[in-house]
Amino acid sequence: MDISTGDTAWMLASTALVLLMTPGLAFFYGGMVRTKSVLNMMMMSMATVGVVSIIWVIYGFELAFGVDGKSAWYGAIKISDLGNQVNTVANNGGEYPIPLLVFAAFQLMFAIITPALISGAIADRAKFVPWTIFVAIWTTLVYLPVAHWVFAFGNKVGDVVTGAGYLAAKGVQDFAGGTAVHINAGAAGLALAIVLGKRIGWRKESMRPHSLPLVMLGAGLLWFGWFGFNAGSALGANGIAGLAFLNTQVAAAAALIGWIFVEKVRNGHATTLGAASGAVAGLVAITPACAFVAPWAAVVIGFLAGVICSVAVGMKYLFNFDDSLDVVGVHLVGGIWGSLSIGLFGSSAVNSIGLDGLFFGGGTALLGKQALAVAMVAGYSFFATLIIGFAIEKTIGFRVTKESELEGVDFNEHAESAYEMSGSTRGGSLI
Amino acid sequence: MKLVTAILKPHKLEEVKDALEAFGVKGITVSQASGFGRQRGHTEVYRGAEYKVDLIAKVRVEVLVDDQDSDAVVGVIVKAASTGSIGDGKVWTTPVEDVVRVRTGERGSEAI
Repeated sequence: MDISTGDTAWMLASTALVLLMTPGLAFFYGGMVRTKSVLNMMMMSMATVGVVSIIWVIYGFELAFGVDGKSAWYGAIKISDLGNQVNTVANNGGEYPIPLLVFAAFQLMFAIITPALISGAIADRAKFVPWTIFVAIWTTLVYLPVAHWVFAFGNKVGDVVTGAGYLAAKGVQDFAGGTAVHINAGAAGLALAIVLGKRIGWRKESMRPHSLPLVMLGAGLLWFGWFGFNAGSALGANGIAGLAFLNTQVAAAAALIGWIFVEKVRNGHATTLGAASGAVAGLVAITPACAFVAPWAAVVIGFLAGVICSVAVGMKYLFNFDDSLDVVGVHLVGGIWGSLSIGLFGSSAVNSIGLDGLFFGGGTALLGKQALAVAMVAGYSFFATLIIGFAIEKTIGFRVTKESELEGVDFNEHAESAYEMSGSTRGGSLI
Repeated sequence: MKLVTAILKPHKLEEVKDALEAFGVKGITVSQASGFGRQRGHTEVYRGAEYKVDLIAKVRVEVLVDDQDSDAVVGVIVKAASTGSIGDGKVWTTPVEDVVRVRTGERGSEAI
């Protein structure tokens, strides 16, 4: 198959867009913590860019998508040979007219942002080096296999498909990562919040966001990058990419409105943090569904995502776990809603490779498959992360000391401070 | 000599400064302050979690004056800073033993 320059150009652009989401997430999360830990929060995201990229070109891409793999549970276990595949086209359940290396780079960006999402659950209290080790282990044992289950449609030669992922082969629909990315990260976040425990002073002291403008900047970058994430998942510049693009926009918009609507009714004020959170909740929810539903359905899915997630972020107070920046309330809950919504609003009239959901005469068959995927990914991610997290905590230690936490992880883990306010300079000189 | 100290609403600073300049004071010192009085704090909501904010942002204005000017300066500040609503702040005076101008070494009233 010849390379399509149009498809390839769009995929290169999409890949860069998805990378931008991780620095965007660093701003989104960084603004939500206190001044004494904003740098550590941003560094947890940036570190995943470093760690996962290296893993990816050594063995990561093979373990998720390797064509030599025969298992439904993982790809090929081998050192990758990407340097000799410059002229190979991508094959994921059939050939796409884009270079394999572009497909590999695009998928890398998904592998980067997924562990970065988890970091929001353990703000203010994680040691940095153990975090990077966690990212390496978690990517290897959780992200790469789960990405294979969901995203790997196998190597198709003629009519023979080999090595398709378990959920992909079952016909589970997850266009851009509702399960493999968001439910995966959300369930892992819940597990790590349990492993590390609550921050000192949680629910007693004020832990309000130190910079809402940074949160808004991050939300904007995430939203912008998400067009690559969702529309890029079409793996081409075509009608499905256009559908995914439009659905991404309207779902985020509707969720923004949904979240601040709840706030206005419940608390009396529509907040900037609510608008930013709502937009992200809508983006999460539409991620799996963006290529399978009509734009009007994307509006419904998005609006309900805003409503559901704005209520779900209160769960941590009910169940008493310090998921600091609501990875569970936004990514796990939003991901579950989005993944199940395909079983309701999916329509084969919109996308010929899609299936009809409950509201389009498809019965509950698709909804059942989606529920299976939700349960499998959430269950595996939660328990595997619990084990990995406890192993790190019991060996090298994952949580900082009490003194370090009170003084601030920025200073104690990175020997830096984010801000020098005029009038409160600490003086000093270069040594 | 007296030190007049005023804790005021930040948005009244410009009016107070202009009124003091018109009165003829030679200089003022302004700093940011926070605290509570009868106004108490307020509530902020982040993702549904309510936080009580106890300390409210204020400005502190300090003016060094001769004894005979102190009542008038207090009056100028009170007039300029008043909105009639709770949280307008407070003004007080304290006696000052000595003042030195750093550049010239002048002392007392000469240094004001």
